[in-house]
Amino acid sequence: MKFGVVQFPGSNCDQDAYFVLRDVMRVPVEYIWHQTTSVKGFDCIVLPGGFSYGDYLRTGAIARFSPVMEAVQEHAARGKYLIGICNGFQILCESGLLPGALVRNEGLKFVCKFVHLRVENSDTPWTCEAKEGQILRIPIAHGEGRYVADEETLAELTGSRRILVRYCDAEGRYTPGSNPNGSVNHIAGIANETFNVFGLMPHPERASEKILGSADGRILFESIIKTLRSG
Amino acid sequence: MLPSLAYREMGLNDLEYQRIEAILNREPTITELGMFAVMWSEHCGYKYSRPILSLFKTYREAQSQGALENAGVIPLDERLGIVFKMESHNHPSAVEPFQGAATGVGGILRDIFTMGARPIANLNSLRFGLIEGRSRKAARNRYLFEHVVDGIAHYGNCVGVPTVAGEVVFNRCYDGNPLVNAMAVGVVELDKIAKARAEGVGNAVLYVGSSTGKDGIHGATFASVELGPDSESKRPNVQMGDPFMEKLLIEATLEALATGEIVGIQDMGAAGLTCSTSETAAKAGNGIEIDVLKVPRREANMTPYEIMLSESQERMLAIVRKGAEDRVAAVFQKWGLNAVVIGHVTDDGLLRVKEGDKVVAEVPARSLTDECPTYRLEAREPEYIAKVQSFDPLTALEPPDYNEVLLRLLASPTIASKEWVTQQYDSMVQTQTVLNPGQGDAAILRIRETRKGIALKVDGNGRYCYLDPYIGGQIAVAEAARNVVCVGARPVAVTDCLNFANPEKPTGFWQFQRVVEGIAFATEALGTPVVSGNVSFYNETPEGAIYPTPTIGMLGILDDVNQRCATAFRDEGDILVLLRADNDPSGGLGGSEYLSLIHNMEAGMPPSLDIEAEKRLQACVLEAIREGLLASAHDCSDGGLAVCISECAIAGGVGASLLLRYSDFEDLPPSAIFFGEAQSRVLVSVRTDKQLRKLEQMAQTHGIRAHWLGSVGGDSLRIALDGEYLIDLKVETLADTYNNSIRKIMSAVS
Repeated sequence: MKFGVVQFPGSNCDQDAYFVLRDVMRVPVEYIWHQTTSVKGFDCIVLPGGFSYGDYLRTGAIARFSPVMEAVQEHAARGKYLIGICNGFQILCESGLLPGALVRNEGLKFVCKFVHLRVENSDTPWTCEAKEGQILRIPIAHGEGRYVADEETLAELTGSRRILVRYCDAEGRYTPGSNPNGSVNHIAGIANETFNVFGLMPHPERASEKILGSADGRILFESIIKTLRSG
Repeated sequence: MLPSLAYREMGLNDLEYQRIEAILNREPTITELGMFAVMWSEHCGYKYSRPILSLFKTYREAQSQGALENAGVIPLDERLGIVFKMESHNHPSAVEPFQGAATGVGGILRDIFTMGARPIANLNSLRFGLIEGRSRKAARNRYLFEHVVDGIAHYGNCVGVPTVAGEVVFNRCYDGNPLVNAMAVGVVELDKIAKARAEGVGNAVLYVGSSTGKDGIHGATFASVELGPDSESKRPNVQMGDPFMEKLLIEATLEALATGEIVGIQDMGAAGLTCSTSETAAKAGNGIEIDVLKVPRREANMTPYEIMLSESQERMLAIVRKGAEDRVAAVFQKWGLNAVVIGHVTDDGLLRVKEGDKVVAEVPARSLTDECPTYRLEAREPEYIAKVQSFDPLTALEPPDYNEVLLRLLASPTIASKEWVTQQYDSMVQTQTVLNPGQGDAAILRIRETRKGIALKVDGNGRYCYLDPYIGGQIAVAEAARNVVCVGARPVAVTDCLNFANPEKPTGFWQFQRVVEGIAFATEALGTPVVSGNVSFYNETPEGAIYPTPTIGMLGILDDVNQRCATAFRDEGDILVLLRADNDPSGGLGGSEYLSLIHNMEAGMPPSLDIEAEKRLQACVLEAIREGLLASAHDCSDGGLAVCISECAIAGGVGASLLLRYSDFEDLPPSAIFFGEAQSRVLVSVRTDKQLRKLEQMAQTHGIRAHWLGSVGGDSLRIALDGEYLIDLKVETLADTYNNSIRKIMSAVS
């Protein structure tokens, strides 16, 4: 089993993802430079958070054209695992690996805080260690994390249970105050049709050790590691 | 001779110009004149502040050893050190708040990684005029506040360095002259600290990073005059920041330094190429020759003058071992950055600037850095001092309703929760932040691959310094240290940012001198040397000067990051104790937020401070935390005891019931007991009676008073004095007032 963390210029959560995989989850992990054209040998690739290429045009808009992304697309097309966290999620949407888009937060400001997430589908490679309806406390840190999609896409996401996590309050209710960025239907993270690609705005790598205020994020890493081990 | 207008326009006086002519033994060229003007500005040359700064022991020693590096280094263990520094960006932020604040963050970060340290935290200390109300002034202040915060967030978030702590204070005296002090902290391997020296004749001078543009020319000179009606025309003096470029520069610089081929490196901040070339050359006792035509430029037709004085951001100057130029340049190029050899190190001590074959400037490097004239300015106590100090705050009328006063204080933007601000900052990136903004009196970061942690806090009270700069300077240090202690860290060192008015006015200079004397006294007494810092003068507008406002950045070390403490009340039944070593005849009512907000008075003596008693208090609190006795700890500061208790209750989401006795508080009136800001007090909670007894014993050993106050529990905060409940409010009400005040003000239509 080998994880790879892609480093785009301007990625800034690459090291956090790397450390959590190496030091907390204790699995093999390597960095992947953005100019690399092959990602052979990696079982799961992480597109980390940050501001790839400065994100001056539109979040993730430039990163999708970087050399590594062609290889990453192939990796996903072959059914291998790919997760995008925060800016990584934005890149996945920009490159069409996931539907919909992430736009400026309602309220227009960057928001960094702990939020609650409800696991909507625990029968996936990314959530198999969680219980359905389990509530996770994980931080967000983004200015453009409001998930939007057309009605048809939303119906499809809901129908095929591709919404993996949604923002909620501490009791798991979808109150207006519990949606930190105005995402449609409180969507925090979604998977592709084959569930091998997962994107989410919250940062599980920032909530994988108790000393950081929560270790709830570990369950997502534990799930994919279990999936890889059993696969 | 050049028309005197030219050099005066650049901020030089007649005598200084004559000195330049004497150094060169001829008239300076226009390029040379510009170089002298920026290097001899107060901002770069410290011509007014240097004689006073030598009151700081470490500064004095470092200066005499020629070891004034870009930022101080504090050893964490045998292998790692902490580097930290604070710097002002007040003037740029006054005219262009977003870019002014953003580039403030960028500049201070470069000071950190230019030493080979990885930046791990940002902090900031901000001051604005009052933001409430419909006046044009308030609207302007809200605009400055919003955009300064936005600029800090934009830069810090993108560059991937968490903004972990800070303070924001609002006072009329900062109308039109906000203060933006940015602090950065880094970790460095002690045997790999990079030096800012141009060692080795023949070594290459490598220009790295962004291209040079026409922005920021004479920024340092702009920082060295008062703000006026024409300050708006100085917008071109403000630099533009590119945090993406900075992020690349951080990674590339650290990677390039690891090659071992860089013998010296310095960022290009104030005075750009001029400063970095002359300082690195002067420090090594060498010279540097560069060709401006080789400098990557953003626009055509730039003169040597403009290239040498540009303050374009995100640029570095590296001195690279001869023969290794390509290897080092390749690292920067991998990150997509410019890396061009623009010259070499010489043995003649001269900074020679060529434009192709033509020499356009040739001056002794040392003359720019070391021969800047220093002035011992006249200091005179301002007349207002005697007047404000003669006011007895105990003569102020008691308010009819203490509940109302407490709610007003909690809603006061200076005291209210800064969540509206801190949520805009990424405080968690790098996954080292253990105590986040609002959770403790200081931020805590764990240090990877060690058991240790560091605590960080920035603090300063301009009002106290206005009333008595000597005491105010001491309190700034004592309070910052106390805050660090309250989270369980041992205070070890200080960086400061000294924000003052025009020093050329004797009263302004007196304030500066007295504050520095206060800081020097307190830092020596507490054993927390000032290892780096910055001076910002001329913080005044036609409407008046700011209060003398030193801000103290305090570094604390936790030998075991797990032995830490937070502000929030924890569990029902926990016992509240006030640890105190204060002794103030008015309970610290002088200069209090209460007096200002409720009585519209900024007068009286500031709270008194006994630094030896303060030391005992801090030792006691630290020991109690290490012994695991405390469930919570919170410094009693702005707003006094009632605000302190409220903050613990709000953070914990639980109430408390307190039974105070007048006799424990020297029979002061309730306003002084509740809202007085007497120093050297910490409110703590313990779990059991056994712990309480242990704490009381510990306090006795340290010579500290320990008052049992009551216990945690319920959904209200109730405070009685001799049995009469004078404060009784639902925690929900306190929280709503405290948490939403700034949000409400900022979302109101102006």
